[in-house]
Amino acid sequence: MAKEATPQELVQIRPRLSTLLHKAQQERGRRFWRSLEELSETPEFLEYLQREFPHGAAEWNDPVGRRRFLKLMGASLALAGLSGCVYQPQEQIVPYVRQPEEIVPGKPLFFATAMPFAGEAIGLLVRSNEGRPTKIEGNPEHPGSLGATDLWAQASILQLYDPDRSRTLLYLGDISSWSAFLSAIRTAMVEQDGKRGAGLRLLTETVISPTLADQIRTLLQKYPAAKWHQYEPVTRDNVRLGAQMAFGQPVNTIYRFDQAARVLSLDADFLFRGPGHLRYARDFANRRRVVATQRDMNRLYVVETSPTITGAVADHRLPVKPSEMESLARAIASGVGVSGAGGEAANAKYGSWISAVVRDLQQHRGSSIVIVGDEQPPIIHALAHAINAALGNVGRTVLYTDPIEANPAIQTESLRELVADMEAGRVEMLVILGGNPVYNAPADIPFRAALERVPLRVHLGLYRDETADLCHWHVPEAHYLESWSDARAYDGTVSIIQPLIAPLYQGKTAHEILAVLNDQPDRTSYDVVRDYWQRQHSGGDFEMWWRRALHDGIIRDTAFQTRTLTPRAEFPAQAVNQPARGFEVVFRPDPSVYDGRFANLGWLQELPKPLTKLTWDNVIYMSPRTAERMGLDRVVGSRGGEIWSEIVEFRFKGRSVRGPVYLVPGHPDDCVTVFFGYGRERAGRVGDKIGYNAFAVRTADAMWSGAGGEIVRTGQEYQLASTQLHFLMEGRDLVRATTLEEYLRDPETVHKRDHQPPQDLSLYPQYQYDGYRWGMAIDVSACIGCNACIVACQAENNIPVVGKEQVARSREMHWLRVDTYYEGAPENPTTYFQPIPCQQCEVAPCEVVCPVNATVHSAEGLNDMVYNRCVGTRYCSNNCPYKVRRFNYLLYQDWDTPTYKLMRNPEVTIRSRGVMEKCTYCVQRIQAAKIEAEKDGRRVRDGEILTACQAVCPTEAIIFGDLNDPSSRVAKLKAEKRNFALLGELNTRPRTSYLAALRNPNPELQGA
Amino acid sequence: MSTITSGRQQEMIGQDHPVIAPGHNFISVTEKIASIVLSRRTPFGWVIGATITFVMVMMLLYTITYLVLTGIGIWGNNIPVAWAFDIINFVWWIGIGHAGTLISAILLLFRQDWRTSINRAAEAMTLFAVACAGLFPLFHVGRPWLAYWLFPYPNTMGMWPQFRSPLMWDVFAVSTYGTVSLLFWFTGLIPDLATMRDQARHPLVKKIYGVLAMGWRGSARHWHRYETAYLILAGLSTPLVLSVHTVVSFDFAVSILPGWHTTIFPPYFVAGAIYSGFAMVLTLLIPIRKFYGLEDMITLRHMNQMGKVMLATGLIVAYGYLMEAFIGWYAGGYEWFMIRNRMFGPYAWSYWLLILCNIITPQLLWSRRVRENMLVLFIVSIIINVGMWLERFVIIVTSLYRDFLPSSWGMYAPRLWDFTMFFGTIGFFLFMMFLFIRLLPMIPIFEVRMLLPQSRVQSKAEAAAHD
Repeated sequence: MAKEATPQELVQIRPRLSTLLHKAQQERGRRFWRSLEELSETPEFLEYLQREFPHGAAEWNDPVGRRRFLKLMGASLALAGLSGCVYQPQEQIVPYVRQPEEIVPGKPLFFATAMPFAGEAIGLLVRSNEGRPTKIEGNPEHPGSLGATDLWAQASILQLYDPDRSRTLLYLGDISSWSAFLSAIRTAMVEQDGKRGAGLRLLTETVISPTLADQIRTLLQKYPAAKWHQYEPVTRDNVRLGAQMAFGQPVNTIYRFDQAARVLSLDADFLFRGPGHLRYARDFANRRRVVATQRDMNRLYVVETSPTITGAVADHRLPVKPSEMESLARAIASGVGVSGAGGEAANAKYGSWISAVVRDLQQHRGSSIVIVGDEQPPIIHALAHAINAALGNVGRTVLYTDPIEANPAIQTESLRELVADMEAGRVEMLVILGGNPVYNAPADIPFRAALERVPLRVHLGLYRDETADLCHWHVPEAHYLESWSDARAYDGTVSIIQPLIAPLYQGKTAHEILAVLNDQPDRTSYDVVRDYWQRQHSGGDFEMWWRRALHDGIIRDTAFQTRTLTPRAEFPAQAVNQPARGFEVVFRPDPSVYDGRFANLGWLQELPKPLTKLTWDNVIYMSPRTAERMGLDRVVGSRGGEIWSEIVEFRFKGRSVRGPVYLVPGHPDDCVTVFFGYGRERAGRVGDKIGYNAFAVRTADAMWSGAGGEIVRTGQEYQLASTQLHFLMEGRDLVRATTLEEYLRDPETVHKRDHQPPQDLSLYPQYQYDGYRWGMAIDVSACIGCNACIVACQAENNIPVVGKEQVARSREMHWLRVDTYYEGAPENPTTYFQPIPCQQCEVAPCEVVCPVNATVHSAEGLNDMVYNRCVGTRYCSNNCPYKVRRFNYLLYQDWDTPTYKLMRNPEVTIRSRGVMEKCTYCVQRIQAAKIEAEKDGRRVRDGEILTACQAVCPTEAIIFGDLNDPSSRVAKLKAEKRNFALLGELNTRPRTSYLAALRNPNPELQGA
Repeated sequence: MSTITSGRQQEMIGQDHPVIAPGHNFISVTEKIASIVLSRRTPFGWVIGATITFVMVMMLLYTITYLVLTGIGIWGNNIPVAWAFDIINFVWWIGIGHAGTLISAILLLFRQDWRTSINRAAEAMTLFAVACAGLFPLFHVGRPWLAYWLFPYPNTMGMWPQFRSPLMWDVFAVSTYGTVSLLFWFTGLIPDLATMRDQARHPLVKKIYGVLAMGWRGSARHWHRYETAYLILAGLSTPLVLSVHTVVSFDFAVSILPGWHTTIFPPYFVAGAIYSGFAMVLTLLIPIRKFYGLEDMITLRHMNQMGKVMLATGLIVAYGYLMEAFIGWYAGGYEWFMIRNRMFGPYAWSYWLLILCNIITPQLLWSRRVRENMLVLFIVSIIINVGMWLERFVIIVTSLYRDFLPSSWGMYAPRLWDFTMFFGTIGFFLFMMFLFIRLLPMIPIFEVRMLLPQSRVQSKAEAAAHD
């Protein structure tokens, strides 16, 4: 029967696939298809669809037959009860002929790998359910992760399964084959042979893979006239130039925040991004965790322009214009004794602030850090090297090593050179390995126009993006979860990247392309990577060593040795800047979609940006006062529950871009921040045509900031979607905060306004939780608001994306949110982050009001949600004082896209429309651990269960465990005086409690 | 029979307008009421009205179909305002549904003879309003096809509903109220259905009324049983009048939300319900009375009395608002914030409009001239209906949209489908009323006949004989 139902063989469809995939990509909006046959729309299939009966089935056209048919029908109706009504189509399943080792169906396995991104590798452990990677965790053994991951690593799993990823090799937009590609390249390379590769150019992003670097070196040896260029829009050129300026050589700086008592950040968002950020966040938070055993905390000063989460957790934040930064850095350098640094201008303006900070830093010689943002001009990096040296930090809290990039070239220059060559017609063949320079090259480097002059253009990329469109050949890139490779962490430690799944769409890796260029087309990336390491390996059993490296996720002892370097302490005098007219501008990568490479990931698009909580858009940040001056404050803001803004035109150096403006407290006046990553043309169905493209106004001489911008109002209103409309606490005790000094003097200060109703104030008897008593403690002090937990929760719990319109209608589905509250003057407010998962109240208001028992209390104190039982009265949400419940107002979950089916966590129900859902404390993980413990006849150990949000948290702000075990971490945290219950006065007795935020202000700057 | 009309009361209250205009006799009463259904031509106005309201019923059906197919996301509800038009309309309709039973049952027990000529229409209105109300809780749930899980029925899941949930109590309260109201209404109809049967000329019509009259022949035994049953049902209905809206108010009062968690809710909801119910009776009866020339039977006396009831319940409601504000201030904290936010927050317009509609406007009813001026009374009744809808809007939306955590504050705006659903139920309600006045005697014939002086003499004598 199943045979009959098969209308066609796949063979028949394949020839058409090329055209139809092309067609599918051109079509706007979603088009769902159930089978390749349907997608192909072949005449045979259309006929099959139209035909009532499969071809060849007897159709009773003769009257006698019809009468007989009726008779049979009558009989079968009578007998229907015997067979049941459901007719299951016959399907073939293939059992394992030989059971693979270690695979127990239903039990996930974890494999170590690493994600190369933004110039560093983050070590990962990836969960694999029956061969499908489903969730990304950090690798606790990896120095750059310690078990944590960031939002981008979390979302990369969605990228793997993104249905818009490039699926086929294309030649001039048509489907082609790998063999055709090979012969084309071979021909071209033979041509290059004679010229020593003079016409060959390679363009990559920052290469941190030793193997790839080795392959490129081999290529360049064979073709000495060929050139390798690197470009990445979020480039660390200034860091390299700064090191060059200070040391005369490229240097990688590593910071030891675990050793630092005082930190001064000059616009460094080191808690959020940049190499080592996860490790830095962990070390930094550990020095801030005031508990019974640790009574002191570090102090963070942040000088910055655009408000960041690092600035938000600072003890003192100083908002300055970008043009003031150099003078300020010079003033601090002078203050700590770097001669000839200057900085008088800043001293005049910020004298007391600077002197207080300088004094504080000097009191902590050798245990302080001055860290500079990657975006700051080289001179500031050079100054910081000098300051750290002057403070005796070098070798203690600031370490220098060789650069982790294989080739620390200045990328903007590299790109400029390439474009010049392309324009001069010197480039005959350009191989672009990753990256999207057509979209993100600086506006004054005419990459796009120059590219079109190259006779042979090859692009390897995950998506058929803007660059792919302009290339002759487009090779779909294998996602890192499908690839063999290797990459270095922030300290140089190498991880082998191993695939979790075979490439879904015949993707190729950069290694394989280079193997082709090196005339080794048969070599797989596995061969290449393994060979490289075999060559590096000396002594011992390589197989054992290799297996160990794969298992651990790191190659031990590959971290770079620290080097002793002394910075030059001569600085060019500060150029006298004409006071710039107009707006100063700061360019930043978007906190969610970064430089646009993640634009097609709904999770990140819908992720509320850390401070503004905006989703699905990039905006132009502006200070409230500046907006007031321009009359924009009346237009921008929340109106009737909707966030409205005005589109303004930002003009900069003769170019302009239009985007919605947004008022951000703490932003310096007369400046704007412009974000990259949006305005994509060829991102995919999710990411296309949203936001504005800031690369259109970014020039090579103002890569990160510039002066002389202009803002012109257009009067055009624009709706934004935000998940939080109100950022003030209204005098309520929601985030409790105090200073370290105050807290040490009187720990009860946190509870001054407590009103705890007596426990026996109930008609119902107290429930005794004899077994486990799950609880969670969230340290508001440690939370840096990085959002990684939200994405982790989304990935773990199969949470759908709802789209901008639904977010604007307050229907986002995130189970976990991070509330942001401001306190103080809008010029420079104090900011608090408070992650809010379900509070798992012991006296849960939601439970009593559910008429169908769909939300009930477990014997371990969890507030369980029974999706199957929920009819959707939404009463529970109304009665939830924390508003953590989320309702499927429409069918938000994607039930059709085949790749998403692979991605989902099989342990968590996919919720359909009309059902309430909420955080469960990752009950599936609790159950799995309990089963394991029960098998061993023991209790679940502390730390055995990590909720998804806890596992991902770089600062360990979220701790989960058994409250019945007094030695558990969570029980100890809850015993802290800082511990408080959110809205405890309602007698909900939440199992999630918070540890009050502590700040450690400099007494000299109090009130300043 | 003596229980219904007491001469003494008649004398005490009826100083001014009689409950029935002089000059009527048994035949004229029967003729006047029955002819509307049986012999008079269907008025053109009726056809127009029924058509318009029928279109609205179709709109309702369309909305419900789309709703069930797509999900309640077509409405404006969100998080935090997870209940909005759905529950506002539910409570509003349930409130309206209060007048009928109150008029029929409580006023019957209190021997208010002025109830007689309006009770049938009021009860019909009650039934239709309860039907409209019932639609909302049913279709506002996310998965309406599973809404039957709210009933305690034996099932293979071995599950009871959650008896602690006020929504569960609602199911009982509303379904009981609906059932008893229907029985009460139908029982009261039986003697009149027999009259209709006797008056009808067309054999089919005769048959239909005959079946519905359940063999009523008007024997003394019939009357005796009828009176007993009616009185028992009245006794059963009376606590229901109080309980239904009390239970509905528990939906809010039992929660912990500031603005909902209020002990004054049960009496204040009941008063509000009667208030809106009487307003709706007036809204319907004033045009009907005019249109069908029933001023003889639904006299100014009725209007006057209903105006007084509205004034009294309106004052109770005003007291409720005042106490809410006072307790908010007295409690402080979240409660006080909620009250101030209602008065001065983004939805302040709804609060002050509510005060205007529900407290200020009904003060006109102190004046007898207003109570007897049909046009003004009609406008006042409509304003009160609007005001009572606003009251539910204020209670539901302006409590939900800003609760404990400012981070999750939101706003609510209705969408097109909120309005089609709401106006669809209004259409359904009016369409049912149109059918009712066309197919059934809208004034109880036999009871009005008992108001006539002829019957009073008889009944007095009878009463004396029994004594």
